[in-house]
Order: sequence, then structure tokens, then C-alpha cells
Amino acid sequence: MTEATTAAAKPIPVTVLTGYLGAGKTTLLNRILTEAHGKKYAVIVNEFGEIGIDNDLIVESDEEIYEMNNGCVCCTVRGDLIRVVEGLMRRPGRFDAIIVETTGLADPVPVAQTFFMDDDVRAKTELDAVVALVDAKHLPLRLKDSREAEDQIAFADVILLNKTDLVTPEELAKIEATVRAINPSARIHRTERSNIDLTQVLDQGAFSLERALENEPHFLEHDDHHHDHACGPDCGHDHHDHDHHHHDHEHHGHDHHHHDHAPSPIHDVTVQSVSLRGGEMNPDRFFPWIQKITQTEGPNILRLKGIIAFKDDAERYVVQGVHMIIEGDHQRAWKDGEKHESRLVFIGRELDREKLERTFKACEAVPSAEAAAH
Amino acid sequence: MPTVAPLDLQGHVAGVAFLGDIPFFAESSGLIHRLDHGHKTVEAHEGLLSCIRDEATDTLLTGGEDGKVLRIQADGATSELANVPRKWISQVAAGPQGAVAYAYGKTAHVRLADGTVKDFTEERTVEGIAFAPKGLRIALARYNGVSLHWVAIAGQPVDLEWKGAHTGVTFSPDGRFVVTSMQENALHGWKLDTKPGAETRHMRMTGYPAKIKSISWSAKGKWLASSGAPAAIVWPFQAKDGPMGKAPLELGTRANIMVTQVCCHPVEEIAAIGYADGMIMVVRFTDSKEVLLRRPGKGAITAMAWHKNGRQLAFGSEAGDCGVVDIAG
Repeated sequence: MTEATTAAAKPIPVTVLTGYLGAGKTTLLNRILTEAHGKKYAVIVNEFGEIGIDNDLIVESDEEIYEMNNGCVCCTVRGDLIRVVEGLMRRPGRFDAIIVETTGLADPVPVAQTFFMDDDVRAKTELDAVVALVDAKHLPLRLKDSREAEDQIAFADVILLNKTDLVTPEELAKIEATVRAINPSARIHRTERSNIDLTQVLDQGAFSLERALENEPHFLEHDDHHHDHACGPDCGHDHHDHDHHHHDHEHHGHDHHHHDHAPSPIHDVTVQSVSLRGGEMNPDRFFPWIQKITQTEGPNILRLKGIIAFKDDAERYVVQGVHMIIEGDHQRAWKDGEKHESRLVFIGRELDREKLERTFKACEAVPSAEAAAH
Repeated sequence: MPTVAPLDLQGHVAGVAFLGDIPFFAESSGLIHRLDHGHKTVEAHEGLLSCIRDEATDTLLTGGEDGKVLRIQADGATSELANVPRKWISQVAAGPQGAVAYAYGKTAHVRLADGTVKDFTEERTVEGIAFAPKGLRIALARYNGVSLHWVAIAGQPVDLEWKGAHTGVTFSPDGRFVVTSMQENALHGWKLDTKPGAETRHMRMTGYPAKIKSISWSAKGKWLASSGAPAAIVWPFQAKDGPMGKAPLELGTRANIMVTQVCCHPVEEIAAIGYADGMIMVVRFTDSKEVLLRRPGKGAITAMAWHKNGRQLAFGSEAGDCGVVDIAG
């Protein structure tokens, strides 16, 4: 048997390239296809258009959105991708990875959901990362006239802030702040002519629970400058008698003063993010909570990512989701000296920050001895 | 005892068929193999996506990643019916009098024997094509239903609507029913022989744990067998209203191994059932009696076809381990 026919082969990673027309997707694609990295890519494009490369692994496909018949409006997939991926995967030995280039106006969500909701596609491939190219010069204009431009940024794992040579350093700083306001957890790279070390774009494992958030320093640090709140006499939290605790977490679990990135001061930005931080969680409360939130708020949630510390659990638990799809798993043991805290970021629209914060806090594991003390 | 004559190929097999007595095996690579006094090979496509047998002419029709539609004779001679550079031709269908249909994007093309081509454009991608058993009429599966077009007569199509993505379509052999496979784990059927003006009769065939990749009508269209479960699900179509209100047969049930292909016998009420582990059984509808035809192999069964004598079954798998089973031994 040849290698190509070995059953149960490793899933093929899929990178999704988004970005408005003229943001530099084709330039990046040409780099990926021509640079000497020793890997072969199958590329699914909407139109052959400007790709000046003759490659029989470039496949044209007409965007075909399917709504799933389960009554959920946000459960959409791309029918054309299901077909093309199935065709490509019949001869998997030809390439190492798949790249999906979307049109400038494409909604990235159905593209991503295809890799979670279609069983056949899911069995053979895995979504690696969503990469958004942003034209630094034209972003303010785009945000005024298109919700798609904002969605693409909000949904991305990696953002290339491209054409930086066409703006002043001040403009660039402002643009980057805007991008960061829309998406606090993505990695942002400043580029000219889509020039980037491809290891920063490909093989990111952004949807992999194993690798989730490991390489996202920003996710872990962006609200480092938080303050513990000053407890008044009516504070329900206990501040003494923690002898029975394994972990010293009595304060960091109680901050109510996150520096969240919304409401955004930037006009034309409708996406907001809500960053939650808490102590150790009670799994019997957390799981029903996250299920309920994603079911009721799913249509408003573009992405969610988090690291959860469960009480009496030696391992970190990671979750990630798209709309109503949510996945979670233990990732690795907590390291010595690592803070056992829970972090969760929602990116979406019309999110009820106060309610999310309050109900998230209610999932914390409150030691019974503490509760009895009051 | 059934005996298996194996043929070990390299890759995924997209289709198998008998032309006369000669078994054909079409690999996704584009190579088409046949066992005709030895193993012979034709390099047909740069990547093959579909391969069916045209009963009317006893030839193969194939569509490829190279945008070509080919007709292949029993001696391996190929002729090009269409060539659309850079388009994937994943659907081909055979009609009466040498008519051939193929589709890419939103348009289906019907090529008549004299070479004229008629186009039928839908609002959404054409995902499946079938010719009606009588008359030059095609069904096109598309998002939210099926469109029925008369090929020779200009006019509005008959739209059979049902919400959702329909990915394949077939007519019952008596022409009374149209059935689609869907993106969700279901088949959907329409009864065509209702009185003019009467309410459309829908048949929802649901309850499958997986997508249905293979469907097959039994002799005279009395039953419709389907994959998509760890058993072959076989719906009764003898009655006036088809399977409405009736439970299907579940044949060849296995604990956790999914059925990936079904292929009804050309004469008897039995079906060959191919599984995800490469096993093949033949099962009788009347008493569910099972006979093992092939033990598990290297990969899921992806194609099966009976010889018209009903004694031999050709099969192919995703791993390339193919063969011909002689059920009489």
C-alpha cells in the first residue's frame, strides 16, 4: 500500500484567507505558492483571476451557502467547499495542506463552520487558522461601508495589517488600535506587500484545542493592568481562612474591573469583545452555563476562546467556539507556579457584558467552608 | 461459496461497472482499469470525479477535474464529449438515445447524440442530475429542491421545492417518484403522478446517523436501498404512495460499521451491501438472510456494480483494493 492510501491519515490542515478586495490576498497566495518551503498546497479560490501561477491544485469554486435544516439561522456551511474538499481528499497524497481564499465580501463564518459541521470534511481535515488581510490605507473607509470587513477582522486568528508603507506611523497606530478593538485575541503582524514569514501564517493550530492559546500572549496579557476591587463590608467574598485552599486565588478571582475593548470609541465598529476573568470554576455550573450562553447568544457570538481552571483539576481546560458550535477539552497540566485562573473572551455583537460577567462569576467554585462562614 | 478475484490498485476508486462481460474500475487519479484478457489501463483524465455506465449504449461516461466529459467503449477507446478547461465535472448522467448530461456551477448541459448542446441554468449550483426513465426529461438537484426540465421543449421547469441542500437526485424506474439525497442525513421524495392541481406529496425519509452517499433501486423499482447507517436502509416503493407511513427494512446490520455503498441485484430482491471496513454482504429482502461476499479489506467500499447476468459483482474501495465476486463460486 502506498502512503497515499494509508487509512486514518493525519487530518489535512486548512488555512482560510480572508480580506477585502485589494487587501493583498493574491499577493500572499502567490508567496505561499512560490516560496521554497518544501510544502505543497491545494488552493480553493473563488476565481482564478489574478493568480498568475499554473498549478493543477488550484480549484475554482462558486460560493454556495447552505443553511442547515435545524432551525438555527447561524448554522451555515459552504456547500461548494464540502464538494471540493471531498474531491481533493480522494487523492490526499498530492498536497500537505489546503488554503481557502474567500472573496472580499465573503462571510468567514460559514467557511469555518464547514470544518466543524460536516462530518465528512471534519473527518479528513482540520481548520488551522483564519487569516485576515487588512489594507491599512483603506480600512477606515471599509469599516464605514461594509460589515464584512469588520467581521473578517473579528473572526480572524492572524491579522496582517498590510500596506503599512502607505500610511504614516500615527495613522498606523490608530488603525492597529481599531483592529485590536475589534479583535483582542488575534495576532497582528504589520506587513508591506503581504511580506511575512510564512511560519507566522501557516500551521498555526488556532482551532486546535491542544495548541489553543499557547501562542497567544495577547490573549493572556491584554488586561494585565487590572485592579482588584476594594471590597466593602457587604462584599460577599471571603477574605480569610484559606487554609483549606490548595491555591492562593482569593483575589484574582474577584476583579470586576477588566479593561475590555468595548464599547469601542471608534465610530463604525459594531463588533465588541467581552473578556471575562475568574477564579477556579465549578464544572457542574460552568458547563450548563456555557451551553446556555452559546445556545441563546450563539447568533451574536462570532468567536469565543478560553482557558478554564476547574477546582481540584490538575489540568487546564480549553474551550473555543464559533456561533453555537463549542468544543472543549483538557489541554495540559497546570505548570508549577501558574495561576489557576479562568479566562474567556467573547467576540461578537450585542453582547450583554454585565450579564456575562455576572453569570460567569456565578460559575466559580465557592468553597463550602467559606460560604458557611457568612 | 462466493469467490473473489482481487485487483489491487493504488488509490481511491470512484466507480466500477461492467461493459458486456468486462469489469471496469475507475480510479480518482483518472486511470481506468479493465479486466479484458489481462489487466489493461486507459489514462482518461487528470483526476476523475464521476464514472457511470450508460445503459443505452453500454459505454462508460466520466467527468474529471480536467473539465472533460468522456465516453469510454468496452475496448477502452475514448471520445471527448465536452471540454471545459479548469472546471470540475463532478456530475454526469446518461439519458435515452445517447443523450449525456453534465454540470458545473449553476448550469447543466445536455448533449444530444448529434452533438447539439442545450443549457439549463439554475439559481444555485446544480448538485445532481438524473434523466427520467421515459421521455427526454432531466431532474436537477439544487438548493431548496429539484427542477424538472423537458430537454427538447422550451418552457418553465416544474419546481419541486423542499428546504435544504439537495446533493443528488434519482427517478424511480417507473418514473412515479423523484428522490434526492440531502446535505442533512435524509432522503426526500416527491410523488410525480398526482392529479393536476393536487397537493404535492412529499416523502421525508429521515433517521439516518450519517449522510447518504449511495442509493440504489431494486428490480422494477419496488424498493430503494440506501447507505448512511450501520445497516442498509431499504424503503418500500411498491404502494401507490411509496414509503409514506411505512417503516424501512434494515438489512445487514452491524454494530458500529457504517454501510457506505448499496447496489441492488438486477433481477432478484437482494442487495449487495458494502461497508466502511471493506466488507461486502449480500442480503435478501424477504427474510433478511445474509451471505458474506468479501471479508473486510483495506478501506471503505466506494463503488459496486452487478453484471447484468446477476452472478458477478465488481467492487472498489477508497484504498484501491478492488475485485470481482462470483456469487456462484
